[in-house]
Amino acid sequence: MSPLAPKIEAELAEIIADSHAHETPLRLVGAGTKGALGRPSEGKPLTLAAFSGVTLYEPEELVISAGAGTPRAEIEALLDAHGQQLAFEPIDFCPLLGGAPGQGTVGAMTAIGASGPRRLKAGGLRDHLLGFRCVTGRGEIVKSGGRVMKNVTGYDLSKLVAGSYGTLAALTEVTFKVLPKAETEATLVFETQDEAAALAALRTAAKTPNETSGLAALPKGAAPLGLARDAALMRLEGPAISVAKRLEDIRAALGGGETLSAPESAALWRDLRDAAPIASAQGLVWRVSVAPTDGFALVDALRHAEAPLLAHFYDWAGGLVWLRVARGPDAHAALIRSAVARLGGHSTLICAGAETRASVEVFQPQPPALAALTRRVKESFDPRHIMERGRMRAEF
Amino acid sequence: MTLLMPQPEAETLARRDEIISRLTKILPEQNVIADETARRAYECDAFTMYRALPLVVALPETVEQVSAILRLAQEMNVKVVPRGSGTSLSGGALPLTDGILLGLSKFNRILEVDYENRCARVQPGVTNLAITNAVEAQGFYYAPDPSSQIACSIGGNVGENAGGVHCLKYGLTTNNLLGIEVVLMGGEVVRLGGKHLDSEFYDLLGVMTGSEGLLGVITEVTVRILPKPAVTRALLLGFSSVEDGARAVGAIIARGVIPAGLEMMDRATIGATERFQPCGYPQDAEALVIVELDGTAAEVDCLSAVCEEIAVAQGAKSVKVSHSEAERLQFWAGRKNAFPAVACIGPDYLCMDGTIPRRRLPEVLTGMEALAQRYGLRVANVFHAGDGNLHPLILYNASKEGDIGRAEALGFDILRLCVSVGGVLTGEHGVGVEKRDLMGEMFSEVDLAQQMRVKCAFDPQGRLNPGKVFPTLHRCAELGMMHVRGGQMPFPELPRF
Repeated sequence: MSPLAPKIEAELAEIIADSHAHETPLRLVGAGTKGALGRPSEGKPLTLAAFSGVTLYEPEELVISAGAGTPRAEIEALLDAHGQQLAFEPIDFCPLLGGAPGQGTVGAMTAIGASGPRRLKAGGLRDHLLGFRCVTGRGEIVKSGGRVMKNVTGYDLSKLVAGSYGTLAALTEVTFKVLPKAETEATLVFETQDEAAALAALRTAAKTPNETSGLAALPKGAAPLGLARDAALMRLEGPAISVAKRLEDIRAALGGGETLSAPESAALWRDLRDAAPIASAQGLVWRVSVAPTDGFALVDALRHAEAPLLAHFYDWAGGLVWLRVARGPDAHAALIRSAVARLGGHSTLICAGAETRASVEVFQPQPPALAALTRRVKESFDPRHIMERGRMRAEF
Repeated sequence: MTLLMPQPEAETLARRDEIISRLTKILPEQNVIADETARRAYECDAFTMYRALPLVVALPETVEQVSAILRLAQEMNVKVVPRGSGTSLSGGALPLTDGILLGLSKFNRILEVDYENRCARVQPGVTNLAITNAVEAQGFYYAPDPSSQIACSIGGNVGENAGGVHCLKYGLTTNNLLGIEVVLMGGEVVRLGGKHLDSEFYDLLGVMTGSEGLLGVITEVTVRILPKPAVTRALLLGFSSVEDGARAVGAIIARGVIPAGLEMMDRATIGATERFQPCGYPQDAEALVIVELDGTAAEVDCLSAVCEEIAVAQGAKSVKVSHSEAERLQFWAGRKNAFPAVACIGPDYLCMDGTIPRRRLPEVLTGMEALAQRYGLRVANVFHAGDGNLHPLILYNASKEGDIGRAEALGFDILRLCVSVGGVLTGEHGVGVEKRDLMGEMFSEVDLAQQMRVKCAFDPQGRLNPGKVFPTLHRCAELGMMHVRGGQMPFPELPRF
């Protein structure tokens, strides 16, 4: 089926209004790189490729706007040329999903709420999305937010569309806060006896006023470093003189550690951002967000329950756990989710075959009152469930 | 100017005694305030221009009581207005004469401080500053610092998405919030977020933040706490024009420096603060810029040298660097006292809160000056210059016939000017009732209808804080069926105010 390909917003609105009238579902397509995330959705493909290009970039104002179909790489190259960046360090899912890196659009990046290791210090995509334009599931052109840093005018609908997987509206334009790139960076690698000690080291570093911008723990042998022991990885960014000083402070607090230079550090955190330590063609991938102290408790509980854990690592000071497990009848959802439910947090099934993603709840199930509220919010944008039907929940 | 609020519902007014008696079955008698004199204490928040006597004030102490009150309100079809400390500058907690005012002041306990996970779990009535006070002995603090932080509640901060002078580097409330517990109008209790990051599904925590008490009642808040920076230093820069000051601010950011605070004051404010409480500001300056840098000593040394160099290159007439904590606080003293200082020369003032793209500042100031002259009023300016958030203080005399109306009209024109250059109506104070009727300047009817539908998802009966934020009232069933085309709304007969 050749995709619907509106050229302008009004045409997109007409297509969606028509689908709304006939209750025919639509599947949103950017560069076509993220179809394997979320549940498989049904509907006619609708490409947003025409909504491409930077519409506003004012480096001194720390703001950029672009059509949702703009390649993410184009945005990153433009920002880089001005010494700036998307500070939330969005994960590039392509390698994990088996594609070439650097593909994808900013619309899709927004729709999945992509964030990375710097989420801990600088916030996630949700924190940097200043505003957007979209066409809702009713076929209405709606804008929200703005282009300024500080804005509390009306509801912050940016938060809702970030990470909504296209189930509320088709984004046409997104506006982000951008930030200067740090002058330099370095990473302290602190090897420990076991994982628990590595995670404790991360928390020790986090409690010092050294503004770490990345806190990950790598089990022994894991890519990309392949160390002989478990290790805490701590990134520092800023002016060279400050990075050196803060590195020394943390080294003193921990009583040791090796330093990775700026290029080594940059390469390491790109790999960690893209979940390279657990990337492999084998098994299934889960991404779990818990309180930092609970990351280890989760992995420990899974080990005790004899879950077929193939690989794992920790980001966000221990609060983000990436898991690769062997295939299983329910993708081990019951086991993982009962552990997450005890601790508090949420889990998302990232890599699995379409059949598995259709039969297992990909996103964390919610208690009844919250699930009902979620459904009402969905229907406030898309009452007839035409946008990415089934992508997040089977029921809509 | 008269503020039109939704018509009081005769049916509710007639059932006042029944409402009070049923409230006293939920709450201890002393927590239900029915007496007129006692209710007067709640007739406005910090936006004092408008007042209304609430039908009754309810002061719950437990989540179960909040839930029972909201169930009762839903069942009896009574409106509810939530209130924290009542410090809103936009009338978010303005009572309704036919509504229950739900005060959360008794929710005043810090429930847990978790240093390992760097967060604090508190009740919504805890003040913003109390969180920092509770954790500072361990070297931590809570970053957002609205100027009312000594009094404002954290629940209110969430409701309004409060900011402060350190937003540029540390963000607003929304960026420092991990979780909340919310009671919905039907009485259901939901928990959004927790000690972990991000949401399992739609980011309802994000949309609740800054929703101005229209979506749910917050009964618990988990915030991120940060280790205190090792060193904090301020630079006080004097310029011979606001344009020069604005250029210096732009140049600092263009160099890749994001200071913790970046503030500017104009001539009128500098003069007023000096008269109020002398703090050594250069009196020949047309604009003063305060740059606050924090971090390790090495970093602060390095960045303050960069900022000094930029300031001089941009024509700063005076450059002072704080050499002690006392001196740093002295630099801030005038800025922190700016509002009361301006009140002394006012004698009354109206504080506006637009945000603009920073580089449009000179033309907005010129435009503002022209508008002020047209209305025959004076404006003093305080800016969060780093993020383009303006606080024009319109000086007027409430005892002078027509002055209030003129001040309000000038304020509206200033906000229209902000929107016309790509800015917004409010950066941190909220829409409330103050800017409600200006929402159409920024949003189309279609945009607003979508926002109202989100409200309907949370509060289908429209009983929670109605009359705030949105310039028109719609019943949810109508919004649900409505299809807005080209900005033309059906139901033109519905009340607009």
